[in-house]
Amino acid sequence: MIEIQNVRKSFGSLEVLKGIDLTVAKGEVLTIIGGSGSGKSTLLTCINGLEPIDSGKILVDGTEVHAKSTDLNKLRQKIGIVFQQWNAFPHLTVLENVMLAPRKVLGMAKADAEAMAVKQLTHVGLADKLNVYPTRMSGGQQQRMAIARALAMSPDYMLFDEVTSALDPQLVGEVLDTLRMLASEGMTMICVTHEMKFAREVSDRVAFFHKGVMAEIAPPAELFGAPKDADLQKFLAATH
Amino acid sequence: MFNYNFRWNQALNSLPQMLEGALVTIEIALLSMLIGISVAILLTVFRLSGSRILNAVATTWVEIARNTPALFQIYMVHFGLGGFGIHLSPYLSLLIGIAFNNAGYLAENFRGALKAIPETQTRAARSLGMSAGKAFRHVVMPQMLRISFLPMTNQMVWAILMTSLGAVVAMNTDLYGVTSELNARTFRTFELFAIAAVIFYLITKAITLSARLLAARLFRY
Repeated sequence: MIEIQNVRKSFGSLEVLKGIDLTVAKGEVLTIIGGSGSGKSTLLTCINGLEPIDSGKILVDGTEVHAKSTDLNKLRQKIGIVFQQWNAFPHLTVLENVMLAPRKVLGMAKADAEAMAVKQLTHVGLADKLNVYPTRMSGGQQQRMAIARALAMSPDYMLFDEVTSALDPQLVGEVLDTLRMLASEGMTMICVTHEMKFAREVSDRVAFFHKGVMAEIAPPAELFGAPKDADLQKFLAATH
Repeated sequence: MFNYNFRWNQALNSLPQMLEGALVTIEIALLSMLIGISVAILLTVFRLSGSRILNAVATTWVEIARNTPALFQIYMVHFGLGGFGIHLSPYLSLLIGIAFNNAGYLAENFRGALKAIPETQTRAARSLGMSAGKAFRHVVMPQMLRISFLPMTNQMVWAILMTSLGAVVAMNTDLYGVTSELNARTFRTFELFAIAAVIFYLITKAITLSARLLAARLFRY
């Protein structure tokens, strides 16, 4: 379970998170929508401790992420994150990209890490790209590789930060299909996205962020069907 | 106006000795590069560490290595340290002097290379649970070395040429030293140094060519 309690965070004089309270249960798929600068991506990087917070608390399975005593390297093993820019390691093949962390962080034997990597790459439809260098693949393929790389650590939670925003329109579908598959398998996921149709289909709940505040959170039918918040109504009208 | 009698045969008879000297030159250059690269990586880590003291050590090293003559650096290792009772052989003085110079130049190259690697690479590595050290070693450093490969080749060539500065510490087993001693005995100055120059040229050409082949093999991405 991920518990976010009254989290505040500023960059300089700009407060990007103004007291967020949110709980994500195991197996839940939560999507976060909102305009740019609403704080939704920042929240994700706070959850795995890449960004410090100013006040409040984030607990992952009861472990306080920003406590001094928390071993972030250990905690991050159970929180996978995939970014808008897929960040493939260009000097490694697709297989090596996925094997690296299981080998160096989990200390898996080479054969085991390779079996895990092949399994995850097959899962995301890249079984025929094992020995290719990432720069030779399309953005959609690289993004799916990044998903496999995160999955290879057997995380309990997956965070997706606008993973389709940097892709050409015709490549968005393949990545969303991968996310749909993970959701159907019961992975606990938080997806920050601009894909409203996707949010409506896969989410258990959808949260709308506006200017650092979570303005509304509800099951998709309710949030999209009968939005209460005035800013959300404007936002939805503009995205349709 | 010009009554020098070339005696190439006499000079060419010394070729085996000169080639032995060339091996010593290559050996010193190679070792100085291995030491130089290792120290440069260490200096780079110092600079990234966030520690002021370590950063100052690295910056001082780089500044001295790059802004004083290599000849002074070698001279200092031999005679400067000698003043403190540390007496090193000409071979070691030359090796350490060149390695010191290499490390300074390479550390600066590495710094430039690091700027070309997006911060998000480290972020991605850290988010997979890697410590800062592991992220540097497995994700950043290999890319840094790849970007610096050509500058490293240049430094290797420079290291070969720098061995001739061993003259100031009476080094007499490398290519320059051997040639110089033969010259003192035979006075075939032009012939001996022309042959030595050709050997130097061939060595450096061989280095640039093999570096190009190695790069094609190593960096397939």
